[in-house]
Amino acid sequence: MRQPSLLVAVLALFSAGASAETVQLAVAANFAGPVKRIVADFEQSTGHKAVVSTGATGKFYAQIVNGAPFEVLLSADDETPARLEREGRAQSGTRFTYAVGRLALWSPNAGVVDGEGAVLKTGDFRRLALANPKVAPYGQAAVETMKAQGTHERLSPRFVLGENIAQTHQFVASGNAELGFVALSQVTRDGKVAEGSAWIVPASMHAPIRQDAAVLLRGKDNPAAAAFLAFLRSDKARAVIRGFGYDLP
Amino acid sequence: MPFSDADLAAVGLTLRLAGLTTLLLLLAGTPLAWWLARTRSPLKGAVGAIVALPLVLPPTVIGFYLLVALGPNGPLGQLTTALGLGTLPFTFSGLVVASVLYSLPFVVQPLTNAFAAIPERLLEAAATLRAGPLDTFFHVAVPLARPGFLSAMVLGFAHTVGEFGVVLMIGGNIPGQTRVVSVQIYDHVEALEYAQAHWLAGGMLVFAFLVLLALYTINPPGRRGL
Repeated sequence: MRQPSLLVAVLALFSAGASAETVQLAVAANFAGPVKRIVADFEQSTGHKAVVSTGATGKFYAQIVNGAPFEVLLSADDETPARLEREGRAQSGTRFTYAVGRLALWSPNAGVVDGEGAVLKTGDFRRLALANPKVAPYGQAAVETMKAQGTHERLSPRFVLGENIAQTHQFVASGNAELGFVALSQVTRDGKVAEGSAWIVPASMHAPIRQDAAVLLRGKDNPAAAAFLAFLRSDKARAVIRGFGYDLP
Repeated sequence: MPFSDADLAAVGLTLRLAGLTTLLLLLAGTPLAWWLARTRSPLKGAVGAIVALPLVLPPTVIGFYLLVALGPNGPLGQLTTALGLGTLPFTFSGLVVASVLYSLPFVVQPLTNAFAAIPERLLEAAATLRAGPLDTFFHVAVPLARPGFLSAMVLGFAHTVGEFGVVLMIGGNIPGQTRVVSVQIYDHVEALEYAQAHWLAGGMLVFAFLVLLALYTINPPGRRGL
């Protein structure tokens, strides 16, 4: 009786070892906070491991085209994953919107930003940080918001542009720019703005920031890649995503 | 025309930044290099190490500390605000300050080596002929250290042109103010404008090669100064 149970134990150990894979994720800078929590839950519940690189989506695109070892892309937009799929660099049928980004005008100091964004019309500030609209969806949304508000032309001499939304946040958090358009996810903890003052820009003021994910060619045969995307759709992950201030499709 | 107006503006800005940085570094670096080459002070080692720091520190360290120190809550930021200058990040002046720090060893080290290679007896001979210290410096030391000055100018200029990480962190990517060529190239790559990126990147490569070729032709490696 003893021997078979030992065998079962050894086999179980072995198969657990064989099925636990590592997946390489390329993650948009604005999703750095939530992905950390999601990866911890993912590793705990599936036994797989996930290695996260965060950065600008355009940079990831160039790296993926040139053979970077990423297996899953969590993009800051919906265009890049679509393009990768068209070019045969992402596995077709795996693309989906994992989060819809929300924009916030934020200052680390209380009382600087009002709840209507009127500070942009009247405010006396020297610098307004936003992500480079040429390359970053959150920057584009910020420009659309100011155009909708009629403040874009007046404010553009005060722009300082972050390379991505993480750097934009850093410009504001360090006080070098008095306020800036950041991702709501960067300043939200457990469903509310954690510090300072913010205007949560109504979603109607800019085109929706759809953030799509896809399995890349390198991850085609990695079960952990598919498992991660499945986990990203789970209720548990969705609750984390919502808690960081994203909308869900 | 492969270069857009924005590209040309970035090129102009980069040349202005590198030129001004080199000039300031020559003014500040020459006395510093002279002191380092001639002093017997116990501080020599420490000062030499501080000058060499930008060689080994990643630009992210320099950029991060400058952003914090020059910002409104940093000690230098409070100083510049008190002087009525405002804060320096996101301005051309801020980039000049950062570049002077970042390129410091590339100017000071060739000059120090060149000054150290001047035989003591030549300076003593000048002194016995009643040349004052300044006279000796300008009419004996500087001509003898000419290869060092050439290396210092070329390397200081070229290294500033090649700066990226520090500018990215404290520049804020403002056209005509802080958007230098290296940042413009990065933007093109990010925006998937690879053709424009190639023109600027290729231009940088050719520029860097020609500058070093000129330097090594006039001033072959291994000779004093480099």
